[in-house]
Amino acid sequence: MQRTNVATPDYYHRVVDCQWACPAHTDVPEYIRLIAQGRFDDAYMLNRKSNVFPGILGRVCDRPCEPACRRTRVDGKAVAICRLKRVAADNKEDIRDRLPAIPMEKNGKKVALIGAGPASLTVANDLMPLGYQVTIFEKGPRAGGLMRINIPAFRLPEEVLDEEIGYIVDMGVDLRCNTPVESLKALLDSEEYDAVFVGSGAPKGKELVLPGRYDSDQIFIGIEWLENIHFGHIDSVGKNVVIIGVGNTAMDCCRSAKRLGANDVKVVARKTRKYFKASPWELEDAEEEHVHIMENLSPVRFVVENGTLVGMEFEEFTSQEIDGKLVQEFKQNVTIPCDTVILAIGQENAFPWIEREIGLEFDKWDVPVVDKITYMSTREGVFFGGDAAFGPANIIWAVEHGHQAAISIHQYCMGKPITERPPQGQTLSSTKMGLHEWSYSNNYSAAARQKMVHIDLHQRFVDLSKEVELGFNAEQTWQEVQRCLNCDVQTHFTESACIECDACLDICPVDCLTITQDGEEEQVKARLKAPALNPNQGLFASGPLKQTGRIMVKDENLCLHCGLCAERCPTYAWDMRKFYLLNPHAGISFEGAEAAPAEVVAP
Amino acid sequence: MSYLTKPKPHHPSLKKNAVGLTRRDYEGGMSTLCAGCGHDSITAAIVQAFWELDIPPHTVGKLSGIGCSSKTPAYFLKEAHGFNSVHGRMPSIATGANAANPDLTLIGVSGDGDSLSIGFGQLSHAIRRNVNLLYLLENNGVYGLTKGQFSASADVGSTSKRGEANLMKPIDPVLIALTLGATFVARSFSGDKEQLVELIEAGLTHKGFAFIDIISPCVTFNDHEGSTKSYAYTRKHQVEVVQADFVPLRHEITTEYEPGAVKEVVMHDHSVLRLHKVDANYDPTDRDRAYAMVRERQEANEVATGLLYVSTGLPDMTEQNGVVPGPLHSLPFEQLCPGSEELEKLQARFR
Ligand SMILES: Cc1cc2nc3c(=O)[nH]c(=O)nc-3n(C[C@H](O)[C@H](O)[C@H](O)COP(=O)(O)OP(=O)(O)OC[C@H]3O[C@@H](n4cnc5c(N)ncnc54)[C@H](O)[C@@H]3O)c2cc1C
Ligand SMILES: Cc1ncc(C[n+]2csc(CCOP(=O)(O)OP(=O)(O)O)c2C)c(N)n1
Ligand code: SF4
Ligand code: SF4
Ligand code: SF4
Ligand SMILES: [Mg+2]
Repeated sequence: MQRTNVATPDYYHRVVDCQWACPAHTDVPEYIRLIAQGRFDDAYMLNRKSNVFPGILGRVCDRPCEPACRRTRVDGKAVAICRLKRVAADNKEDIRDRLPAIPMEKNGKKVALIGAGPASLTVANDLMPLGYQVTIFEKGPRAGGLMRINIPAFRLPEEVLDEEIGYIVDMGVDLRCNTPVESLKALLDSEEYDAVFVGSGAPKGKELVLPGRYDSDQIFIGIEWLENIHFGHIDSVGKNVVIIGVGNTAMDCCRSAKRLGANDVKVVARKTRKYFKASPWELEDAEEEHVHIMENLSPVRFVVENGTLVGMEFEEFTSQEIDGKLVQEFKQNVTIPCDTVILAIGQENAFPWIEREIGLEFDKWDVPVVDKITYMSTREGVFFGGDAAFGPANIIWAVEHGHQAAISIHQYCMGKPITERPPQGQTLSSTKMGLHEWSYSNNYSAAARQKMVHIDLHQRFVDLSKEVELGFNAEQTWQEVQRCLNCDVQTHFTESACIECDACLDICPVDCLTITQDGEEEQVKARLKAPALNPNQGLFASGPLKQTGRIMVKDENLCLHCGLCAERCPTYAWDMRKFYLLNPHAGISFEGAEAAPAEVVAP
Repeated sequence: MSYLTKPKPHHPSLKKNAVGLTRRDYEGGMSTLCAGCGHDSITAAIVQAFWELDIPPHTVGKLSGIGCSSKTPAYFLKEAHGFNSVHGRMPSIATGANAANPDLTLIGVSGDGDSLSIGFGQLSHAIRRNVNLLYLLENNGVYGLTKGQFSASADVGSTSKRGEANLMKPIDPVLIALTLGATFVARSFSGDKEQLVELIEAGLTHKGFAFIDIISPCVTFNDHEGSTKSYAYTRKHQVEVVQADFVPLRHEITTEYEPGAVKEVVMHDHSVLRLHKVDANYDPTDRDRAYAMVRERQEANEVATGLLYVSTGLPDMTEQNGVVPGPLHSLPFEQLCPGSEELEKLQARFR
């Protein structure tokens, strides 16, 4: 087998499932340890470095990290990574003096950002400390994008948005609200800016053109409807509401409808639960508020009688899973009585303000062609990010796009090729403190995932903006931090030291380790002490061991990072080493770096 | 030693055996031995073997004397019965346990110090009586627990950690066992788990005294250059002469060997032991040949391992002495204590 190369960051990075899954590579286990030590400010700053909006994301992040979490494979439930982020944000003290300093003297480069959503705000956050003059043009009255006007305040309070957006705008960003860009050509022709970033989102809700669609004024498009609620243009709804679609927007629509006074709210889906776009926790939260979620229904027409919407007709299906595929068969037509229908079937990009003859290519779906690494369009100096780049995604992706675009803009403005990107690096440092003591808590906690406490149902519906989740209390936090397996503390192997005593193999609770004859990967795999079940996790292979020439193989999949292999190893061949990903941002490069830079929070 | 207890989660592919237990259910407390001690590796082999044989832990008696090796019964089968005797006296306790409850599966763990010095006489008589017991001698050439003095198994010329050489001739436990008439004699190495697990399984199934001498390096006091009981030395000099392939009763025989290279031995429970011989002329049921072969290999500076000698069908201690079948604890009271009249009669026989 090929000897595993652990000198480049990818091998160990992948072991840290959450960090690998996080688009912005947030150092989750490190911030969880900081929370465990009560170092909330440090935990917050570590988060902010990669995800920029810890308070916001600690509430509403899509959490790609959680399904990836190793703990899911160990006891079925991920560590509550997102909730812990909120703990750091809620408990920190004033961190303003730890925000990056903004140079008085500017570098002479001006950048225009279109739209004040999380993507543009991240670009501003990364470029301001480097001396750029950044102007944000925003159509609406305030910054925040969909985070502000679409995500309801009962999930994401205004104060949290104001605070974290404030940190960026207060760096001296020239934020021009109520200033839509109506012509990109005009903006470019003005030659006022050295680079332009388009972070205007995917603002158009999809239509559902079926008979009756335009015969009633009680049929709404979800994201527009939410926006109208945000701005106070809508403050009531019918009694029986049907929502078409089961994505994030549908979840916010159904819960908002409840708060505006609807009695009966149904969310109707074409497929079965397994295929819903909404996250499981969003579905749970909606059901807790007595929203009725219905499967296997495909809309046929709006039933309008004498100009009044009285129902929605559907085709009902039966569903079966055959060979992992959903097979649906028509059963009958059904009509669900209702007085309001809200369409939440998706969003689209729309760029009426971008001229098609300025050298900025659009593809056959009328979406701009954007490079997946540099985020530049086919027009030099015009960059895209967030939902505007590749269609609707989520906040954390918008943030990562922003980081990458900022790197490109910086290269571009400094006259360097944007394809030359600063590489990621790593540092590894031993956590050994004594014979059986480590600088992290290696004991396994069997605690169950802590449940978020919600305010009472009747309290929720009194005020549209009352935050539902209370956040973890001290006891919950204490239990939850201990569930983290410290996947960043790597089992690091030095093959020349191994005397093949088997102690590590014997002690490993989850049978990760095998010493066996070398051979083709498939042969070696067949000889593992326990089968490698997860193709997404690495298989470490050492070079030949001294005494017998066999090799040490480790299946990373279920490793608990308990450190017992290293405690039982007589020769220190296994060591538990803290892996730190050196993740470059605009103007922050680690090339040639040997140790963690000073700004890195020590473990 | 580690301060943690071993975390509960286990690999999802861990199977349950016929009595509904996983391998992890056969573990014991956390070892307090030095990291890398050969004895821990033997413990792991014991765990594996008991699991594979579907033996319910509560039907097992674990016995030992004094020494690092003798501490190890605490680290396997936490639900089994256990007795940690004084130095070298494990065989007596085992004999008593066997008489009182012949249904218990007995495993005795001892060291080279415990067995070949203070307990030498005890070992000899347990062999002679053919006590139904699997006796493991975890042989590291030193008294580990008392900080590495040479034991009686240390080879001439083997050096201590400080560098001085042993001058006295060693006692080879395998030759002793053969001489005293042991009915099952094997040698193995803690670093060769595949071989060891098979031997332990065969030994547990053998009716009578099963003896396995296991080279088990002491990483702390006897794993240096100059030691003849180190990992490196044993790896270099170990020669497997008879590979035991233990086929439990309910399994099918699948492995194919060349004719002549295999000798099959049927155990008292009708399970089969297939002995795969490196030398086709060797007969592991011939005691004199076994003795000679071990000596020859020694002369050639080799450590012969494998199942070196086995003979089945000889009466064990309980049969020789007409011990009541079944455990004493389940005898009806009248039978266990037949009354003063019976005692009188018995005493009369000796007057
Ligand atoms: C109902 C709903 C709920 C959601 N819930 C979640 C959630 O819980 N978690 C999550 O991670 N994501 C969620 N999302 C997705 C998330 O909000 C978006 O993916 C994210 O906000 C995209 O960020 P962005 O910066 O690309 O653009 P946006 O946030 O869309 O911001 C774009 C901004 O550009 C402005 N703009 C547009 N055109 C122009 C122009 N021509 N000139 C000037 N300004 C312009 C807009 O007014 C807007 O302020 C949700 C989305 C919706 C619709
Ligand atoms: C009666 C008695 N004499 C001496 C001792 C001291 N003592 C403890 S362990 C030991 C030798 C153990 O050697 P061995 O059986 O080889 O075990 P190891 O530690 O090497 O596994 C001795 C002499 C004792 N505990 N009791
Ligand atoms: S840290 Fe070592 S002993 Fe613990 S689970 Fe991972 S490989 Fe096994
Ligand atoms: S415990 Fe250490 S020396 Fe022993 S086999 Fe494992 S890595 Fe090698
Ligand atoms: S002293 Fe030697 S025999 Fe005892 S535990 Fe340590 S390594 Fe094992
Ligand atoms: Mg010893």
